[in-house]
Amino acid sequence: MSTATLKDMGKSHDKVKEPLNYLNATNTIKSWLFTVDHKRIAIMYLVAVSVAFLLGGLAAGMIRVELTVPKGQFLTNDAYNKVFTAHGVIMIFFFLIPAVPAVLGNFVLPLMLGARDLAFPRLNLLSFYVYSAALVMGLAAIIGGGVDTGWTFYTPYSSVYSNSNVALTIMAAFVAGFSSIFTGLNFIVTIHKMRAPGMTWFKMPLFAWAMYATSVIIILGTPVLAITLALVVVERTLGFGIFSPEIGGDPVLFQHLFWFYSHPAVYIMVLPAMGVINEIIAANSKKRIFGYEFVAFSTMAIAVFGFIVWGHHMFASSQSMYLGLVFSVLSFLVAVPSAVKIFNWATTMYKGSVELTSHMLYAFGFLGLFTIGGLTGLYLSSLATDIHLTATYFVVAHFHYVMVGGTAMGFLAGLHFWWPKMTGRMYNEIWGKVSAVLVFLGFNLTFLPQFVVGYLGMPRRYHFYPPEFQLWHVMSTGGAFVLGVGFLLPVFYLLHSLKYGEKAGNNPWRAVGLEWTTMSPPDTHNFHELPVVTWEAYEYFQESHHGGDVGPSRFPFDDEAVYTSSDEEVHV
Amino acid sequence: MNELQLAPIAASEYAGEVDKLFWVMNALTVVFTIIVIALIAFLAARYRKGSNVDRSNPTTHNTLLEMTWTLPALVLGLGVFTWSSRLFADVYQPPKNAREIFVIGKQWMWHAQHSDGTRENNEIHVPVNSPVKLSMISQDVIHAFYVPEFRIQRHAEPGRYTNMWFTPTRVGKYRVYCNIYCGTQHSEMGGWVVVQSREDFEKWQAGGGGRPFYPGGISATTGDISLAQQGATLFKKYQCASCHADGPKSSAKGASLVGLYKSMRQLADGSKVLADEGYIRSAILNPNDVRLANSTGSMPAYRGSLSESEVIALIAYIKEIGTGKPLEGGSPDSVAPAANTNSQQWRFMYGGEQYQ
Repeated sequence: MSTATLKDMGKSHDKVKEPLNYLNATNTIKSWLFTVDHKRIAIMYLVAVSVAFLLGGLAAGMIRVELTVPKGQFLTNDAYNKVFTAHGVIMIFFFLIPAVPAVLGNFVLPLMLGARDLAFPRLNLLSFYVYSAALVMGLAAIIGGGVDTGWTFYTPYSSVYSNSNVALTIMAAFVAGFSSIFTGLNFIVTIHKMRAPGMTWFKMPLFAWAMYATSVIIILGTPVLAITLALVVVERTLGFGIFSPEIGGDPVLFQHLFWFYSHPAVYIMVLPAMGVINEIIAANSKKRIFGYEFVAFSTMAIAVFGFIVWGHHMFASSQSMYLGLVFSVLSFLVAVPSAVKIFNWATTMYKGSVELTSHMLYAFGFLGLFTIGGLTGLYLSSLATDIHLTATYFVVAHFHYVMVGGTAMGFLAGLHFWWPKMTGRMYNEIWGKVSAVLVFLGFNLTFLPQFVVGYLGMPRRYHFYPPEFQLWHVMSTGGAFVLGVGFLLPVFYLLHSLKYGEKAGNNPWRAVGLEWTTMSPPDTHNFHELPVVTWEAYEYFQESHHGGDVGPSRFPFDDEAVYTSSDEEVHV
Repeated sequence: MNELQLAPIAASEYAGEVDKLFWVMNALTVVFTIIVIALIAFLAARYRKGSNVDRSNPTTHNTLLEMTWTLPALVLGLGVFTWSSRLFADVYQPPKNAREIFVIGKQWMWHAQHSDGTRENNEIHVPVNSPVKLSMISQDVIHAFYVPEFRIQRHAEPGRYTNMWFTPTRVGKYRVYCNIYCGTQHSEMGGWVVVQSREDFEKWQAGGGGRPFYPGGISATTGDISLAQQGATLFKKYQCASCHADGPKSSAKGASLVGLYKSMRQLADGSKVLADEGYIRSAILNPNDVRLANSTGSMPAYRGSLSESEVIALIAYIKEIGTGKPLEGGSPDSVAPAANTNSQQWRFMYGGEQYQ
C-alpha cells in the first residue's frame, strides 16, 4: 500500500464529508444506550464519572469552607459527618476506581492491542449499567437523608449504632463492585486472547500491563469487599452477630476484611494511572520507557504484594505487635518498586526529544505529587511514627497525594493525551497548560498544610478543632479554590473543542502505538484489517543526533491512516 | 501561643524519640524529592525538542543503574523500619511499675477510673516523670485515645481491653482526642491529660480530685474507697462468693479465684489461655466462651447486667485476691452521666478561657 494514495484519499474525503466513525455512524439515542462498542461505552463512562467527580468535588468544597472556622460555619455535626462521608464514598467508589480503567482503559485498550472490541462487549455494557445503578443508589442514599459512617464503614458503628442510610449506601458500593469485576474480567480475557497477531506479552504497551495487573486485583479483591459489606448489612438488618461484640462478633474482623480489599484498592486506583504515565512519558520523549521489563514486572509485583500489607492500617488497633512488625516491613518492601518506577520514568527522557505538551505537564505533576505521596506513606508504614500520625490530617494529606496527585492527575493526563483520538478534535493547548499548572499549585497549597496540621495532631473527620490549627485550615481552603478552578477549566475547553476545536489528525502527538494508526475518531470496528505486530513497544528512533526531528520509526508522520475506516476502500 | 508551630510540644519520653525519627525521615524525604524534581527538570530541559545535544546511543535499559537506585532505597527503608520498630516495641509493652488507670470510652466522653477509686470524666490527672498505663475498653463503638503531645494513640474497642503507656516529662494540660470516627459528636469527644508535679498530684488525690473543672459539672468523684474495694462490694452484691472462693477456704461449685490473675487456664476446648484482664472479663460476661476443662458450665452470663465500669472494679478486686491486701467495701458509682451539653464540651476542649 502506498502512503501517498491514502493521503490523497484522506484529503479529498475531508472536503466532501467526514468519514464514518464510531461517533457519527449512527445517531439515535437508542444506538448509544444499547451500544456494545467499547468506545461509546467509554464515552458514557466518561460522562458518568465526571458527574461523580463534580458531586464529590462539591462535597469537598463544602468541607473546606466549613473548616475555615474552628467551630464550624453553616453545617451541624450530623450534616458535616454526612458531607465528608458523601465525599469519600462518591470519590472512591464512583470516580477513582472506575475513572482510568472504565474510561481510558475501555477506549484505548482494544485499540492498543489491535482488537476490534473487548472480549465480551455485552458484559461491558452491563458493567456500565451496573455502575450507573450503583451510582443512582449511592446518590439516593446520600441525598435522601445521607450516611454518616465515613467511607470506611467501621463496625460496630456502621452495623449497629449509626442511624443513617448505611444499608443502601453499602449496597451501592456492593453493586459498584460488580461493575469493576465485569470490567476486570473483560480486560483479562481481552489481553489473553485478543492481542493482534505478533503482539507478544512483552510487545504490549505498559498501559496494557497496568490494566492487566489492575484487573487481577479487582477480581481477587472485590469479592472480599462485597462479602464484607454484605455481612455488615446482615448484622445491621437481621441482627446476626458478626462484628458487634454485644452479639458475639468481633469489630476488628471487619477491619481485616475491609482492608484486605481496600489496601489493594489503592493499587486498583494508582496502577492504571501509572500505566497512563508510561504512555505519555514515552510519547513526549520519543523514547522507549527505560527498563520496560522492570516496569512490567514491578507492576505485577505490586499487584501481588499489595495483598499482604493490609494490616498497616491497624497499627493502633488491638492487632498484635508481631503482626504489626510483619505488616510494617512488607509495606516498606512494597514501596521500593514504586520508588524505582519514578526513576525509570525520569530516565526515559535521557537522550529523548522532550515536548512539554499539556499532558506531559500533567504527567510531571503526577511524578512530583506521587513521589511525595509515596514517601509520606513510609511515615505510616513505620510503626513508631504511625501511632502518632494514623487517622490524623497527615494521613488525609498522604492519601490525597496518592489518589488525587496520582490517580486524578493520571486520569487528566490520559484524557488530554487521548482526547484527540476519542473526539477527533484538538483542545486549546494553552488552556490545557494553564489547567495543569493550576491543579499542581492548588493541590500543593491545599494538602501541604495538612501534613503540618496532621503532625500537630489534628484528627481527621473532625468538625470542630482547636483554634491554633485555624491558619493551616485557611491555607488549605484557599488552595482548594485554586485546585477547583484547575479542575473545572478542562470541562470548558474540552467541551469547547468538540465544536470549535481543530480537527485532529490520526496521530497528533506523533506517538507509536496501534491506537495512533487508526482514524481520529476511530471507525466503529477500529481496524479495517487487523494489524500484524512485528515491532517492540515504544519503538522510536532518533533521526538525528543534533536537534533534528525525532519521531516514531514505523508510523507515518503525516497524520494519515494506515488502517482506515471500513467504508473506504483500502489499497493493500 | 500564636507562634507558628511545626510540631506539638514533646511531653513524654517517647515523644522526643519519635521526633528524632520524624526529622530524619523528613530529611530523607526532602532529599529524595529534590533529586527527583531536579532530575526531571534537568532532563526535560536538556533534551527538550529541538535542543542541540548528543542523542546517540540512547539507553533503554541498564541493570547496574537500576540497582544503584534500588539498593540504597531498600537499605534506607529497612534502616528506618528497624529504628522505628524498636521504638514501637518499647511503647507496646508497659513497664511493670506503671500506674494503671482504667479508661472507658463511650459516645461521646472518656471516663477514667484510678486504682484509688477516683473517677474522672474527660480529664485524667497523672504525676510527672512516672510511667502510666491506660487499660482501655469501649462501651459502644470503637474510639481511639490520642494525645499528640505524647505522640501516641490506641483504639478503645468494645469487648476487648487494649492498653497504652507513657511517661509524661512535662507538667501541663494536653488535649485528648478521640481519633476513630464514632458518630455525631466525634469531634467533641475529648478532654485533657493533666500532668502535675508529684506534690500537686498528691494534693489533688488527697482532695479527692473533686474540684469542678468548668461550669456544667464534669467533675471527679471522690476516691473514698479504692477500685478494688468497689469490686469487693460488687462481689458481695452479686453473690459471687456463693460459688467462687475469694479467700483461703475452698469453694463449693466454681473455680477458686485465689491466685487466678496471670495463671494459665485449661479450657474445655483443649486450649490454654493466660488469665489476664480480658480473660476475666470474658469469664464474667460470657462464661461459656472460656469454659474451663472441669467446669459444670452452670455460671450465668452477666452480659448486659454489668456495666464496663463495674466489670473493671470486679477485675481490680479479683486481681488482688490472694495478694493479702486488706479490702473493705463501700458502694461503687456507676459511670457518671455526661451532664454537659454540646457547646459546653466544645468550650471545655477548645474554648477561650479554659485554653492554657
